[in-house]
Amino acid sequence: MTGVPTEHIIEITYLIATALFILSLKWLSSPTTARRGVFAGEIGMLLAIVGTLMYHGIVEYKWIVIALVLGSIIGVPLGEVAMTAVPQRTALSHAFGALCVTLVGTAEYYLRAPSVPPFVMGVLSMEIILGSLTFTGSLMAAGKLQEILPQRPITYKGQNFVNLGLLAVAIVVAGVLVAHPEKMPLFPLIVGIPLVFGVMMIIPIGGADMPTVISLLNSYAGLSAAAMGFVLQSKLLIIAGALDGASGFILSVNMSKAMNRSFTNVLFGAFGQEQDGAGAGAKETRSARSASPEEAAAILAAANKVVIVPGYGMAVAQAQHKVRELFDGLTKRGIDVKFGIHPVAGRMPGHMNVLLAEADIPYDKLLDMDEINGEFSQTDVALIIGANDVTNPAARTDSSSPIFGMPILDVDKARTVMVIKRSMGAGFAGIENPLYYMDKTLMLFGDAKNFVGAIVRELAGGHE
Amino acid sequence: MKLDLLTSVYVFMLAAFIGFEVIRRVSPLLHTPLMSLTNALDAIAVVGAIILAGESHQHGGRLAKILGTIAIVAATSNIVGGFLITDRMLRMFKASGPRKQ
Repeated sequence: MTGVPTEHIIEITYLIATALFILSLKWLSSPTTARRGVFAGEIGMLLAIVGTLMYHGIVEYKWIVIALVLGSIIGVPLGEVAMTAVPQRTALSHAFGALCVTLVGTAEYYLRAPSVPPFVMGVLSMEIILGSLTFTGSLMAAGKLQEILPQRPITYKGQNFVNLGLLAVAIVVAGVLVAHPEKMPLFPLIVGIPLVFGVMMIIPIGGADMPTVISLLNSYAGLSAAAMGFVLQSKLLIIAGALDGASGFILSVNMSKAMNRSFTNVLFGAFGQEQDGAGAGAKETRSARSASPEEAAAILAAANKVVIVPGYGMAVAQAQHKVRELFDGLTKRGIDVKFGIHPVAGRMPGHMNVLLAEADIPYDKLLDMDEINGEFSQTDVALIIGANDVTNPAARTDSSSPIFGMPILDVDKARTVMVIKRSMGAGFAGIENPLYYMDKTLMLFGDAKNFVGAIVRELAGGHE
Repeated sequence: MKLDLLTSVYVFMLAAFIGFEVIRRVSPLLHTPLMSLTNALDAIAVVGAIILAGESHQHGGRLAKILGTIAIVAATSNIVGGFLITDRMLRMFKASGPRKQ
């Protein structure tokens, strides 16, 4: 190197990378600049890696190169999964991120022990505890989302006591290590106990709570990376970890609000359990009105403004593309069609938007709950496809309902409500929906994909 | 790259504030790409893993090399997979108007 020492060049690559990371997230704020954001992130990442490889302390490159190549080979298929599988892919990548942090932290301890300064030992413990619980917790979440593991919450007596006890033991051991970092036999405990805790933490959580859990694990993964930055004295890592942690935190708060629950409630509440007995007493005696695809098509054709409310049931039925055809058919007739998206409509934050964008529905027609709720009173038809609890007016009116207080899409304010549903059965959380018995509501019984397809054929003139 | 404890805390605090302000502005429309992008950026931890695997150590070098190498694999798969899927998702978001592929 002529003149400029390598360390300075490395520092400059890190500085630019930091700026690019922040710009990357800033550009993500709008769909028009978002792809530029990804590009900025990629350049920043590349700069930082190249800069690090220039570090003079590196004596052997063989394994680094092999690992980089192997990681890329594993990464490509993880970048190519189907859009419905994005939640489990995301959970898996939280697990990988946490694995990296935990392994580096473990190696750092054994390199530095027995003399580790108290502050370093403190953040190192935090890095390892958060990292290992996020690793197994995320693997469990991915397994549940992929349906390898049972989705129903598994609960037992004293569960919270056991879980909190495990975490407390890990923290106490970490405290002892901070005071006596030379007690090396204790170290495996602060890796092992959180690994068990991660599994136990996810066991009682049901499928409906996954959006919150994924966000929370996202936050933990970021915080553990930031702690690693403290240990390694790397500003770049502290900043990247803080950004990721902040993002996960904001998303967790959003998801909890959308489900009207607190963090502690999600983590220690086991939603499925609370529902036992609820709704059983208040059996509906009124009957619901149903309609055929022909009738539904006629009502839709006569409307000026239609709001479609999709739920995860639509994605399960793979009805997105039929819904796009319906959107096209109605738009062609000059009808204003919008989509109302509840924050927890998918299996992770924003998931439903991705699924609809994949079906080629323009993003400016996808409105979130706060934007669309004011429009229902001027809406002729609200068409609900595969969503249930997020449209349940009992959340607004019935204080005895388990979902009372949960923010919902006010579909009942529309002139006509149509619900595509397989049967009258209760939804995911097992709660009766009074919406189905309202005078303005028409039930469209059947498979979402076939029913929407039948409506599309009717609108096209009944032949095809 | 020495920096003392207090400086680290300042860096963390300021980055957290920037993170909150920047990410609050991301529309719920893009929350899934947001999570996959931050996940890819978070894999910058690979930098620490590279140094761990490449440096020579007086004792415990073998363990450091093995753990560091696995850590690089895990982080790199997040970098590659994370950027790929984020870009794939963002490509699908199109405005209405003349929309033909």
